[in-house]
Amino acid sequence: MSQLLFDAPGPRARRRMVWVNVAATVAVVGIGVWVLARLADKGQLDADLWTPFLEPDTWLDYLLPGLRSTLEAAAISIVTAAIFGLVLGLGRLSRSRTVRSVSGVIVEFFRAVPVLLMMIFFYMGLPRLDVVDAADVPLVAVVLGLTFYNGSVFAELVRSGVHNLPRGQREAALAIGLRRGQSLRSVEVPQALIAMLPAIASQLVVILKDTALGYIITYPDLLNSARLVGTGNGNILQALVVAALMFIVINYGLTRLASLLARRLGTRTAGETRAAPPPLAISTKG
Amino acid sequence: MTDDSFTDDSFTDDSKGEPVHQGYLDDVSTAFADYDVLGAFWVNIQLTVYAGLIALVLGTVLAVMRISPVPSLRWAGTTYVTLLRNTPLTIIIVGCVLGLWGQLGVSLGTGFQQNFFRLAVLGLAVYHAAFVCEALRSGVNTVPTGQAEAARAIGLNFGQVAGLVILPQAFRGAVAPLGNVLIALVKNSTVAAAGSVAEASVLMKEMIENRPDIILTIFVVFALGFVVLVVPIGLATTSLSRRLAVAR
Repeated sequence: MSQLLFDAPGPRARRRMVWVNVAATVAVVGIGVWVLARLADKGQLDADLWTPFLEPDTWLDYLLPGLRSTLEAAAISIVTAAIFGLVLGLGRLSRSRTVRSVSGVIVEFFRAVPVLLMMIFFYMGLPRLDVVDAADVPLVAVVLGLTFYNGSVFAELVRSGVHNLPRGQREAALAIGLRRGQSLRSVEVPQALIAMLPAIASQLVVILKDTALGYIITYPDLLNSARLVGTGNGNILQALVVAALMFIVINYGLTRLASLLARRLGTRTAGETRAAPPPLAISTKG
Repeated sequence: MTDDSFTDDSFTDDSKGEPVHQGYLDDVSTAFADYDVLGAFWVNIQLTVYAGLIALVLGTVLAVMRISPVPSLRWAGTTYVTLLRNTPLTIIIVGCVLGLWGQLGVSLGTGFQQNFFRLAVLGLAVYHAAFVCEALRSGVNTVPTGQAEAARAIGLNFGQVAGLVILPQAFRGAVAPLGNVLIALVKNSTVAAAGSVAEASVLMKEMIENRPDIILTIFVVFALGFVVLVVPIGLATTSLSRRLAVAR
């Protein structure tokens, strides 16, 4: 909590704060009540719009299979993205200028292109290549789109992770007779990876949210199944709220995990562990 | 768009009646001449500008709430950010169109096109406001405590400390993270496709459907369009953040 703009309040400030706090609470609660009242006016809080979510069939036939597809796509993507990112990240650290710049261009390209654009491209292009089963095309398209984008983010994480290590790490590795490649492989990258773990957990939130883009290319994810429930019962708004809450609970858990990891792993690496999601900006540094 | 228009023109020369092989580039340029690619990107730019301005205002309000001494406002700001940041943007935009408009009948404009556009702007704005708030908070963290303490010491109240001393410096410290939010917003404007807004990704899909033979070229053109939009923002915010950084 930032205690920046105010210091320990005295008795008068405390009294004033109580009043302001009460007024603000009334305002916040008031807005909430007003929204709920408007919704109730329109009959959106009626029990029959919400009871479908208390029936096991809604969950067993729609929401849980949808959640499973969402988690499946996210789980595959995190693995493929980590591999793709590690390869590109090592490419960006390579001693060969050509490998460095080619990896750099690939990374910058995939970070600048919207994930949805890639998903649509793969969704429409894969059937022409005839390499995957037609039924798997949406899943593969979602995974490929997520892999290229998030892999590029991971590549940047690997690179910045290695750059952020204290110079002494490499100097010590070279001093005991390791070659540069060996130092990179057995000293620097492992520590950079540990420093990266919390950020990977944060990126998992991004991946999980982006699987919902699969909705647009007919992947049967949680959002799609929520929409099916909503169209069947005439309660799309309620179904979307339930789906959103499921995402929020999972993502909140992942965020907590990320900050826990950042604290736990701080002692295992000379690098800095941060739970913050990796930055997106185009970097000018090679 | 009908298929015969280009097959006729591209592969036969009507005057002689003989098939003439036309170069791939001509083929591509005739395909692109039929579509308003720039117009589609213009929709993305408009979505970005409107949503960005609303998100900046809303995000600043949220950031002030989160650093204020009033517990209930802090709680409300934190709750908003936690909820919106963890919800997929696609759900928010689908919720705006199918939920707000389809089910509740909330209409933000006349005609389908304007209504869907404004609903998508609303969805993009409320989602990115959470990220603007976080970017500004990281900017506030670059302001040393001494600045706030000195401002308090000369007798400024919370509003003055925040408005005259902290926020001006925080905005300068937050240029880089705000630039990241803007880049994310440009790319996320394609998600408006989920809200039936005819923007670049929708046009790309339509073009690929009609000309599957040049799918790779179509994708590369649209992808480069986004590279052209995003890279200058990245370069500008990087150099701005260096120029504006408060020397400490």
